Amino acid sequence: MQAAVIVFPGSNCDRDVAVALEQSMGKPPIMVWHKENALPKADLIVLPGGFSYGDYLRCGAIAAHANIMPAVRDAAERGTAVLGICNGFQVLIEAGLLPGALLRNRSLKYLCKDVTLKVETAESVFTAGYRAGQTITVPIAHGDGNYFLDPDGVQQMEDEGRVAFRYCDADGAVTDAANPNGSVANIAGIFNEKRNVLGMMPHPERLSDPALGGNDGRAMFDGLVGALS
Amino acid sequence: MKARVHVTLKTGVLDPQGKAIEHALSQLGYQDVNEVRTGKVIELQVTESDPEKARAEVDRMCRELLANTVIENYDIELSA
Repeated sequence: MQAAVIVFPGSNCDRDVAVALEQSMGKPPIMVWHKENALPKADLIVLPGGFSYGDYLRCGAIAAHANIMPAVRDAAERGTAVLGICNGFQVLIEAGLLPGALLRNRSLKYLCKDVTLKVETAESVFTAGYRAGQTITVPIAHGDGNYFLDPDGVQQMEDEGRVAFRYCDADGAVTDAANPNGSVANIAGIFNEKRNVLGMMPHPERLSDPALGGNDGRAMFDGLVGALS
Repeated sequence: MKARVHVTLKTGVLDPQGKAIEHALSQLGYQDVNEVRTGKVIELQVTESDPEKARAEVDRMCRELLANTVIENYDIELSA
């Protein structure tokens, strides 16, 4: 398996996700600067977290038009796995690869803390390392992670089983109190129709080694290696 | 031509900044204020001098980049 990590000016989780990927893949991913026009041959493309272009205009809006993005769009349409974490999720939404929008957190506060997530389905290359219904601990670090979609759109996502993760309490209950940012239906991560594109606000790469205080993120990368090798 | 683009949040989309401003205004004693909504203004100049063509061009810019039409409305003001 080979993976490519796209690096934008202002990306700051590109190295973290590279370390997590190398741990699971046994070799480092290829780092791709946003000015490139073509992607190397890769089974997985990662858009990392950070603050591309200083979050100017709207988070992810400028990066969504970077030179490399038409190649990412083509790869996604051909079925290549594309993972957007945090700012990467914002970029995928602004590029139109995932529906909805990410608004300012309802508290107006930047949130940096561990949260518990309910894994909604194991039926994707991204969640193959988990069990459906499993509760995992993964950190969030964002100011604009309040997922918004109109009620018809939410219904469609629910009907098509495209919610990957929801914010929940430690017992796995999906409650408003466990919703850190006001996201509709406690949505923390969503798939595209073919489930080969995942966008999520939480950072699995930040808890992928026991030395970091937790290892629940590692199953995502191990699962990807298992599914894509 | 000069264009001034007003980008505002659609009705029903939560605007926590607007809410914070409303709260601050009420603390200043402005008790009759409600429905505070924030937005942004983007000014730009295009070389196109035909108003209709300039408007069409700025409209494309709005849909491609300046506004996110999932959550935002936009309004274009043109001047010579």
